[in-house]
Amino acid sequence: MIKLFSVKEKQKKEAASANGAKGVKQSAGELRLQKDMSELNLSKGTTINFPEGKDKLLIFDITLRPQEGIYKGGVFNFSFNISTSYPHDAPKVKCKTKVYHPNIDLEGNICLNILREDWKPVLSINSVIYGLEYLFLDPNPEDPLNKEAAAMLSNNARQFESSVQASIHRGAYIDGNYFPPCK
Amino acid sequence: MELAGRWCDLDMLLTRQGNLVGPGFEPDPALREFLQEDCRILCVGAGGLGCELLKDLALSGFGNIDVIDMDTIDVSNLNRQFLFRMKDVGKPKAEVAAERVMARVAGVKVTPHFCRIEEKPIEFYSEFHVIILGLDSLEARRYMNQVACSFVEFDAAGSPDPSTIKPMVDGGTEGFKGHARVILPGFTPCFDCTLWLFPPQTKFPLCTLAETPRSAAHCIEYAHLIQWDRERSGEEFDADSDEHMKWVYEKALVRAKEYGIPGVTFQHTQGVVKNIIPAIASTNAIVAAACTLEALKIITMCSTGMNNYMMYVGTDGVYTHTAAYEKDPACQMCSPGVPFEVRPDMTLSQVIEALKADPQLGRQLNEPSISYGATNLYMRGVLEQATRDNLEKTIGELVGGDGSVIQVNDRKLLAPLRVKLRFPAESADANGMVH
Repeated sequence: MIKLFSVKEKQKKEAASANGAKGVKQSAGELRLQKDMSELNLSKGTTINFPEGKDKLLIFDITLRPQEGIYKGGVFNFSFNISTSYPHDAPKVKCKTKVYHPNIDLEGNICLNILREDWKPVLSINSVIYGLEYLFLDPNPEDPLNKEAAAMLSNNARQFESSVQASIHRGAYIDGNYFPPCK
Repeated sequence: MELAGRWCDLDMLLTRQGNLVGPGFEPDPALREFLQEDCRILCVGAGGLGCELLKDLALSGFGNIDVIDMDTIDVSNLNRQFLFRMKDVGKPKAEVAAERVMARVAGVKVTPHFCRIEEKPIEFYSEFHVIILGLDSLEARRYMNQVACSFVEFDAAGSPDPSTIKPMVDGGTEGFKGHARVILPGFTPCFDCTLWLFPPQTKFPLCTLAETPRSAAHCIEYAHLIQWDRERSGEEFDADSDEHMKWVYEKALVRAKEYGIPGVTFQHTQGVVKNIIPAIASTNAIVAAACTLEALKIITMCSTGMNNYMMYVGTDGVYTHTAAYEKDPACQMCSPGVPFEVRPDMTLSQVIEALKADPQLGRQLNEPSISYGATNLYMRGVLEQATRDNLEKTIGELVGGDGSVIQVNDRKLLAPLRVKLRFPAESADANGMVH
């Protein structure tokens, strides 16, 4: 332990010189993101963009291009918004592309467990991107956010696939909503 | 008015030897003088805990107290934030609290700062001997932790220099539970060393909210997270706006009726949306007392300090437990930067090669990425192209100078490695010796 009473003068002197050589202030969340980014492994077809430049890691966009499955051929954009309390708090992710998907609603909300109730600080940006890719390979009708889409997938998987493909390539009205082409 | 004998209890502690005194303690009336005249303490927060802390500090002999808080007084604060009255509603908490404490305890000077903690320059915080926290958010605690940790200096062996330590005492309460902890950055675990202590907030799966709501909270979260975006898209939800809160409440009520779920009230809506847990005045009082005592012990050494975390649970009787948490040796906030000597005219690429060639550091590095503060100097992977040009720049132009700490990231490392760059003295002396 320290006895401040006796060191107060020394402390005063050193405080003046101590602040000379420090890096730009940044949050613990940003520090952790630097690690995440240096280790990011993007699958084929997935790209990342930092709209505010290489030193502003808290906001970025991810683009997925599924290479197989029901959503093959589509291009899907996601916005990532990371709070300074990352990784305590999960990244905030929205789907910017209007997509007919049982786990994504028309406002771009995504039902992915690791984005909400199962988020843990040991997870990373990589885990979230894998999660999103998985959601497009294997949409889950059990946990619907768009229940019409979930119902169609459960009842008639072939019709679901052709509706999705039509919306991706030509744009289509499904359940009364228009989904513009996204290829 | 100075009451006769006001400080006799304090003098008992400060002017007598004892079995429980802290290391190096010498009884001395000058200790009280120091406490009252020279010692400066900063109280962060003037809310439930803050009011208790300010009162306790003033009555324990602290003569120069600063208080910082960005909030104004709300009517719902008055039941426990006892320094405030009905007529103060709407005024800055820091200013009213300072005025009230000075009016009640003669000789105390309380200086208010009505602003956000981030608005103050780092020099502001360096002036205080001790910082005491009465905060309600993890984010603000982490910010203050970063501030406190930024002062500590390490020697070549990685030991912290005691004179650079900014002691911090943190209090926290949630309903009937509370904690007090002492953080001596570099010596004892900092906030980030034990971040895992904080349980994540309970969150419901979006699909449950959308499809199978079972509780009032589910209906409220649905209105707040999904209906708001759908019906008022483009508009930012503001939890402090009455109109917004009422909108969410009404939507939640309709949804709850639809599913036959009882229990949606305006108050519950506020609680869910703002994540409010009712504050208990006695918990604040107990935690603030423990924190103030620790601050007094740090300053005067009149007794051995807490080691280093005390929890309090008041739900069933009174339960407390003190545990010594351990430092995370790789903590990004308080671990020492490994000293590493470079010449300012070396290129970043040469510095990276030198790091990899170092017998100690090199073993942990394979493909290192380098950042300096928020600036990414060279990043592997997705930012490689954007940072490649820096490889040919000299380290002297990329960092702030001798003593700059860079972060090294590598797949082989569990956490970023902090490296403190040492530039050799300008001119090597006649023997060509570099220290």
